[in-house]
Amino acid sequence: MNWRRALIGAAFVVPVVGLFAFSMRFDPRDIPSPLPGTVAPTFALEVFAPGQPPLARPVGDTIRLADMRGQVVVLNFWASWCLACRDEHATLSAVARQYAGKEVHFVGSLYQDRTGPATEWITEMGGQSYPSVQDPKARVAIDYGLYGVPETYLIGRDGRIARKITGPADAAQVTHIVDSLLAIAPTAKTAAPVGGSQ
Amino acid sequence: MNNLVGHGALLVSLPFILLGVLAVPVVMKRGREELVTIAYGAAYANFLLVSAAVAAMITALVTHDFSVSYVAQVGSRATPLFYTVISLWGALEGSILFWAWVLSLYTVLVVTLNRGREGRLLPYATMILLAISLFFAILLVGPANPFHLVFPVPLDGPGPNPLLQNHILMAVHPPLLYLGYVGMSVPFAFAVGAVLSGEAGSNDWIRLNRSWTVASWGFLSAAIIAGMWWSYEVLGWGGYWAWDPVENASFLPWLTATAFLHSVMVQERRGMLRLWNLNLVTGTFVLTILGTFLTRSGIISSVHAFTTGTIGYYFLGFIAIVLLGTMGLVAGNSQGLRSTGRLDSAASRETIFLLNNLFLTAFMFTVLVGTIFPLVAEAVRGVKVSVGGPFFDRMTLPMIVALLFLMGVGPALPWKSATREEMRDKLLPPLVGAVLFLAVGLAMGIRGFYGTLAFFFVGYAAAANGREFWIGMRARQQAHGEWAGIALLRLIGGNRRRYGGYIAHFGILFVALGITASSSLRSEREATLKPGESFSVAGNTIRLRQVWGREERQRSVVGATMERLDRNGRVAGTMEPRMNFYPGSEQPVPTPDVHSSPLGDLYLNLMSFRPDGSGATVKAIHEPLVPWIWFGGGVIVFGALVGSWPGSRKRGVVEGTIGSARRDAAA
Amino acid sequence: MTRALRVLLLVSALGTLATSALGAQRPAPPDSGASVAAPRTSGDSALEARTSAVASELRCPVCQGLSIQDSPSELAQSMRSLARDQLAEGKSPDEVKAYFVSKYGEWILLAPKPHGINLLAYAVPVLIVLGGGAVILLAVRRWTRAVVAEDA
Repeated sequence: MNWRRALIGAAFVVPVVGLFAFSMRFDPRDIPSPLPGTVAPTFALEVFAPGQPPLARPVGDTIRLADMRGQVVVLNFWASWCLACRDEHATLSAVARQYAGKEVHFVGSLYQDRTGPATEWITEMGGQSYPSVQDPKARVAIDYGLYGVPETYLIGRDGRIARKITGPADAAQVTHIVDSLLAIAPTAKTAAPVGGSQ
Repeated sequence: MNNLVGHGALLVSLPFILLGVLAVPVVMKRGREELVTIAYGAAYANFLLVSAAVAAMITALVTHDFSVSYVAQVGSRATPLFYTVISLWGALEGSILFWAWVLSLYTVLVVTLNRGREGRLLPYATMILLAISLFFAILLVGPANPFHLVFPVPLDGPGPNPLLQNHILMAVHPPLLYLGYVGMSVPFAFAVGAVLSGEAGSNDWIRLNRSWTVASWGFLSAAIIAGMWWSYEVLGWGGYWAWDPVENASFLPWLTATAFLHSVMVQERRGMLRLWNLNLVTGTFVLTILGTFLTRSGIISSVHAFTTGTIGYYFLGFIAIVLLGTMGLVAGNSQGLRSTGRLDSAASRETIFLLNNLFLTAFMFTVLVGTIFPLVAEAVRGVKVSVGGPFFDRMTLPMIVALLFLMGVGPALPWKSATREEMRDKLLPPLVGAVLFLAVGLAMGIRGFYGTLAFFFVGYAAAANGREFWIGMRARQQAHGEWAGIALLRLIGGNRRRYGGYIAHFGILFVALGITASSSLRSEREATLKPGESFSVAGNTIRLRQVWGREERQRSVVGATMERLDRNGRVAGTMEPRMNFYPGSEQPVPTPDVHSSPLGDLYLNLMSFRPDGSGATVKAIHEPLVPWIWFGGGVIVFGALVGSWPGSRKRGVVEGTIGSARRDAAA
Repeated sequence: MTRALRVLLLVSALGTLATSALGAQRPAPPDSGASVAAPRTSGDSALEARTSAVASELRCPVCQGLSIQDSPSELAQSMRSLARDQLAEGKSPDEVKAYFVSKYGEWILLAPKPHGINLLAYAVPVLIVLGGGAVILLAVRRWTRAVVAEDA
């Protein structure tokens, strides 16, 4: 029995098999985003779907991230061709209404879609309580490192992205995060201008 | 009913296989060798049972029996019959069933074709093949069971993945791939069997396997080319190879199998490289299982990946057993694997084969490391990284060019040794071909370092391989006074292995030229057009006539009718790139349209369109010499066919070897 | 004739080393003239060539392993357009790549950055060719010397 050969063989096989066994636990499609924790990229986008009172904004108005400084922002990317977006639509509308009057802004950003079908989709889904904006050439989506829709970014009072939710958002999850972000009292720090524009 | 038959048959096969596996060592040790027929009988029984399971599955698919879990997963009433049948191998469980069936068929063929020439080798080889069948049978009754009862029975199913319904090549690629993959189990079984039976010192196992190995290699080559062609025609990016993990998975065993094919010649003639050849054939087999593991464990995301949970661990366990088992075997039997021969000179074909082994193995490890590297990076750094085209292209190009070089020099150099004069006579004349091809390449516009080198070496190899045919043909003409054509045919027929190999070399050269030209000389343009407007790319003018839409049974289709204009502005033909919208899927699946001519392809892809039909955005790519890749694939397969065609038994292989050695000396 | 063999091995080893080290690009970037024909005209071709070069190294987030240069998907085209605009503004290819890495992580690069453990991926092929080449050299020398010794 040539032990040297056997050992060389095992020395090669064991680490490789071990590596594979270890890697079985990870999901290759789950790519972590580098954005949470960083300053939220700024944006100024035009409203195409006004939403409903009391959260409505007029069509053609510009929603700027800088204007919402010091408050909590929930930025949701969606599209009318996105099947999973249907799952979260009612949820987000309801949750947004819950926070009406509080220092929380819900904004929908349309991704790779046209406003015509998008508006029809909103009507078909029974209306959206908060305004949605257009994102031509998906510049803002790319700025937020979007992989697909739906994705929701929760931005705290300090202008940093606190959390990114990939896939349909869950009511309990969103309210939990928004509540904890609201609880962080506005400080002098948050009065500084929003960064993110390079 | 189908569930019962299918699952039942597979369950029943287990004891049969187990019996066969255990019978062999027991019987051989006790000297009751006539009882090895138990194992052969087990192989036949297994084939019948797995065939019954496959028949049950096909019946279930065609009759839309959604009580069968696999059918509920991939079947749909809207899918045309053809695609329904081929969805047998479209998803995980079905593909494992198909693998098991091909393996059982091969085992039966091996047993049948080798009856009467058994010795101690065949029983052990059968045992190994049955042991592999055992693994797949366990999978099929366990984690990969396609025959679960679904209750309540759904009325309809989601249908196969839309990408799998777009093209006829989807019918062809997987069976070819499995025929090749599973085929590699056979030389592996014989190699291990040779060590187990104590016959590793002889070359019998190589001889018995030669046709088989070449044929499996041919299937694998065809499968890879078919996969490339499918990718090119269906995926809409105008490319044919993206170094996707599953493409790499099919390519890795091909590399070691190619090395093995060449390296065994050294073992046959010089008795050397025994251990190395055992490693190569084991590596080839393990890589086929590894490739299956990578695409079925969900560990790496790829075009092909089937998502699943525990089945990956089974594969991993099997790989570990095979590797450790073979190494243990090798460690315990080093005697039979010692080299008995020697090299006469460094300037010989043997040396070229050694270098061939080196570069093919290095190539294999490069692709392997690149493919699994994301796993390594994640395990070590916790960060996800990508390893894609730019990495692989950069790292493998030098090796590919080196291999093209060897393909030219190898056939030119004789076995054993060459004198200075012989080397001059054999190595210098093909330079003419090299310079000629280089000139043509430069004229076509090739400028890069690797592109020009590739053309040069391809030209050299074409001339060198062609010269072998020429010299042999002339020799025959002088000896027998035959017509050139007859002499050529008789030449090839008289030594199929050698000349089949040279034909396959030509196939590779066509592929190499096609790949070099289409990547270096590719040009593309994208334009947004209204009907009546046109644009051109690389001298081809295309005009949009109209944008249309239609409903089909399982999908909605939007297309753009484009007209190809000749120099005078007249319509030379129409092309219709399309987008297919499937109800179950968010993103549309593009169907590009390709106009092929011997010198290149015009490739059109519909990027987007206005719903009112008033315009469309079309991308046009001009790819020179792409059809040469598919043509080369055909030549490779033809060469493999010729090379694997069994010689007449009377002459036997020894005479053939001596005969070709004489021809080598004479040439 | 071992000299010829040595030269051969040396050349192949050097060639492998050199090209890996130089980080040669893929064969000439495609001539991707942007949209022609009446409705949409393009910018200059040099910008297109630079865009194609950078885009070939960035991965499309919604595809399987394709670059944003090759991918027909909308996101890829949007990213490509953004890359083009950034290059036109005067950013260097490295800055453009760094931007995308800051948004999507290292995963967005199709070839891993050559430092740290990533160097392993680049080193293995070279090591095998050099190491294997050395082994062959020694083996051939030993085998042919055995012949000489026998014949003597």
